[in-house]
Amino acid sequence: MTTIAFPIPRPTHPTGIWDWITTIDHKKIGVLYGVTAFILFLSGGIEALLMRVQLAGPEQDIVSAEIFNQLFTMHGTTMIFLAIMPLSAAFFNFVVPLQIGARDVAFPRLNAFSYWTFLAGAIILKISWFTGGATNAGWFGYAPLTSVQQNPGTGIDYWIVSLQVLGIASLAASFNFLVTIINMRAPGMSFMRLPLFTWMTFITNILIVLAFPVITVALIELYFDRSFGMNFFNVARGGDPVLWQHLFWVFGHPEVYILILPAMGIVSEILPTFSKKPLFGYPAIVLAGAIIAFMGWMVWSHHMFTVGLGPIPVTVFTITTMAIAVPTGIKVFNWMGTMWGGAMDFKTPMLYAVGFVAMFTIGGISGVMHSMASSDAQQQDTYFIVAHIHYVLFGGAIFAIFAGIFYWFPKITGRMYDETLGKINFWVTFIGFNIAFFPQHFLGLDGMPRRIYVYESSMGWNLWNGVSTFGAIVLAIGILVFMHNIVRSWRKGELAGGDPWDGRTLEWSIPSPPPEYNFVEIPTVYDRDDWWARKRREVRRAVPVAGGSGDEEEHDIHLPQPSYWPLVVAIGIFIGGFGLVYPVANYAIAIVGVFIGTVAVYAWSFEPVNDPEDGEPAAH
Amino acid sequence: MLRSAESLKKLTGVVLLGTLIALLMGCTPSHSQSTFDTLGPVAENQLFIFWVIFWAGLVVFVAVEGALLYMVFKFRRREGDGDPEQTHGNTRLEIAWTIAPVIVLIVAAVPTVQGIFYADAGRFLDENGVSDELQVDVIGHQWWFEFRYPNPNNPGEQIAVANEMYVPVGEPVVFLLDSVDVIHSFWVPKLAGKVDMIPNNDNKMWFEAYQPGEFFGQCAEFCGVSHANMRFKVVAVPRSEFDAWLQHQANPAPEPSDPLAAEGKKLFRDAGCSGCHADTSSIIKLRDDGGRIPGRTGPILTHVATRLNHLGIYRNSDVPFENGSGARQLYVNADGIPQRADGQPFVSEAMLQNNLKVWITDPEALKPGNLMSRDGEPYMDPANALSERDIDALVAYLMTLK
Repeated sequence: MTTIAFPIPRPTHPTGIWDWITTIDHKKIGVLYGVTAFILFLSGGIEALLMRVQLAGPEQDIVSAEIFNQLFTMHGTTMIFLAIMPLSAAFFNFVVPLQIGARDVAFPRLNAFSYWTFLAGAIILKISWFTGGATNAGWFGYAPLTSVQQNPGTGIDYWIVSLQVLGIASLAASFNFLVTIINMRAPGMSFMRLPLFTWMTFITNILIVLAFPVITVALIELYFDRSFGMNFFNVARGGDPVLWQHLFWVFGHPEVYILILPAMGIVSEILPTFSKKPLFGYPAIVLAGAIIAFMGWMVWSHHMFTVGLGPIPVTVFTITTMAIAVPTGIKVFNWMGTMWGGAMDFKTPMLYAVGFVAMFTIGGISGVMHSMASSDAQQQDTYFIVAHIHYVLFGGAIFAIFAGIFYWFPKITGRMYDETLGKINFWVTFIGFNIAFFPQHFLGLDGMPRRIYVYESSMGWNLWNGVSTFGAIVLAIGILVFMHNIVRSWRKGELAGGDPWDGRTLEWSIPSPPPEYNFVEIPTVYDRDDWWARKRREVRRAVPVAGGSGDEEEHDIHLPQPSYWPLVVAIGIFIGGFGLVYPVANYAIAIVGVFIGTVAVYAWSFEPVNDPEDGEPAAH
Repeated sequence: MLRSAESLKKLTGVVLLGTLIALLMGCTPSHSQSTFDTLGPVAENQLFIFWVIFWAGLVVFVAVEGALLYMVFKFRRREGDGDPEQTHGNTRLEIAWTIAPVIVLIVAAVPTVQGIFYADAGRFLDENGVSDELQVDVIGHQWWFEFRYPNPNNPGEQIAVANEMYVPVGEPVVFLLDSVDVIHSFWVPKLAGKVDMIPNNDNKMWFEAYQPGEFFGQCAEFCGVSHANMRFKVVAVPRSEFDAWLQHQANPAPEPSDPLAAEGKKLFRDAGCSGCHADTSSIIKLRDDGGRIPGRTGPILTHVATRLNHLGIYRNSDVPFENGSGARQLYVNADGIPQRADGQPFVSEAMLQNNLKVWITDPEALKPGNLMSRDGEPYMDPANALSERDIDALVAYLMTLK
């Protein structure tokens, strides 16, 4: 390559904090994603606890109506965009390159950029608590409640800018993973040999690439309405607030699958490993995932059954929504087929994975209940829906994420978590979760609407609200046990070794924690669950099977060096975002941000290539 | 192993029993907004569809969770176990568990689609969108409900009331739903599922009450700070009593005779209350083309002293709420005034007085963010604040608005 003289050299062998700031190693970025998202998960949890305390009894006045509305809006936005999505991204980062036998993702610096931009978006959202009030119009931000007439504060603007910045991060990461999975598979790793988690990552990232542009457009329209007096949603000038709902849910429903498909992938790794059986009906599970993702685009209006679309659209969306239960059911049944006749070892990851299947089934059943528009007319916007989403997103996505954390903890840290604490953590969380959320089904059917900050004693909702709050506290204790376990085991856990679970996929074929270059020699893949098969094969088959996409002739290990610039671009976006939050007066700030970002993009482009000498594994 | 099989049975029993008890405790038809106590055909149909999918779902629940529990005990790894049999799939089985849910869902879809069309108000409307049934306009405001009835005496006029609507028993009533600000949702759980009230959208719904009684209603779409306090009541009475009530609402408010009340009436104008609230007439003319014109910003108060509940929430009567399913307690007399079974006025003067006073003294405490405490002169400007005597005078005046 041509070398252009550049004043700032790339960092070489940074240590300590600089190592983390300049890293472009997918494993370190995965850890950064995970730790950051977990802290944000805790912040969303605190928001939830404050709400549950307010609702623990009737006519309480612990938080004001306005604060309550900010709490549930921030809770929803945080858990979806700042907790579940980036926790999934942590696994994409750490696990996918290892599972496909690659040394890193396709664009390592872009990967670092995704993380830092995600962090920028997260800070912009969370900082709005301290700048005159957070967003308060619900995570769905229905127009015209978000209009500048209704909502003159800056909370909505912070929310808009934050989601846009997070969208940039998500899109960059998604393209990166799609290119990685398509192009960097080891020899022999055909698509139908991909580990299920990598498959679901692939499908999820297709969804992100297609769904985020829709919310981007909607948010730009809203931003223009608020800042430049345009009238997309302005009722007084003939705008239609229902347009927002269509745009939002065309994004929002695929988003639901963006949250759950990685979880399904994680569980599809854990159940076979701990049952010592291959995944039952692998092609069916893959196909079901793809069908769910495809049909996810045809069901958005089931969020809008009460909007008055008319009986014919409502019928159409009722039927498509009921239909999506079929591929979902296929997955559940195949997971059970995987366990059937297995030799199940109930280590903590397995407990969480089986817990996922049990809880997700409940969420799935209640989902079918309100796929039926007639039944939904009573349930829509009640606590029944709150119960449903938490069975899907907590009992579903978060349980699977916990399962994944325990499952890959030895791989990530090289150390074993404490099994006893893990089991205590699971049972306390599992019981607390059910006490917190199952009674909300009753509250919903008993007519308690969502998003109310207060209710009267005479409504009859006291008992189950009290129980629900109690459950939330038990749940919080479970999370504390989890944190204690992780922090302690990370420092002092027993050494785990490369393959503590008798694993099936390639990440278990290398030491824990994996070396920076992952694989000394890029493996050749002969089977689905190749590592499992390799351990049980007497003699290696001689002829490699075509189907991978990586460079089969590669022998020298070339690793890219760290870089400052992804972070600097993200700082530019962060500053620019702040400039956009404030009306005209602060566009100067936006220009500063754009300037920093632009300079950094150029610096990134002209950065010197790394010295091949430095990439030698011997150097570390 | 014997032990695990026994404990499995026990555990299954406990779980099933616990689930059943919990489910029974969850159905509480006596509660004010229970969806299990259906007192009209729309809610009844919707509950029927709920039960269809509930039982189907319960079968799936028991099958899946039961099988999971069974496997958890049966297929545990034991010391010295080798690899279990490596099964990769079973095409027949997989086809079976794909087709079985399809069949269940098709069966469930039939009543659902029927229900969707049944609940649609289109069945009562001719091609011009006009029906022979009583039509009520429901208009959402932050955070109260306005109801407009056709004036029986003059087709060019509407009669407006706030937060409490009367409907005739045993006949379908068609509602035209609208909003002046953000999206609200019109929901009376015991009579029908909700339909949203969206500005610039002409939504419609209908319901019917099987029997006389009071029904709770609540806004179901998040609509801002006081969403939780946006509530209303539906009062169903026989047709003749409904007619009397509507006729009375069409009448102008009586002139106060009591001096304190007269002072209150003057203050109602001087302090600016009348800028937002109508107090002498509930009649609002229609445009020449039949279109609706906006009323004043705040709720109409012309007959506020006949309302059974203050703000659609707080009881103005010592007759407890009876959920529409108990013995009949409310009658409307020939003058259109609500009465108890013993012929006494339904509204308790003392409770009404107290409710009004609490409200006027500090509206922000009951409905945070409301327009009156946000923009009303007496609440904005300490120099114009209402004195104790002002409040008493206003309350005395409002209590004459029968």
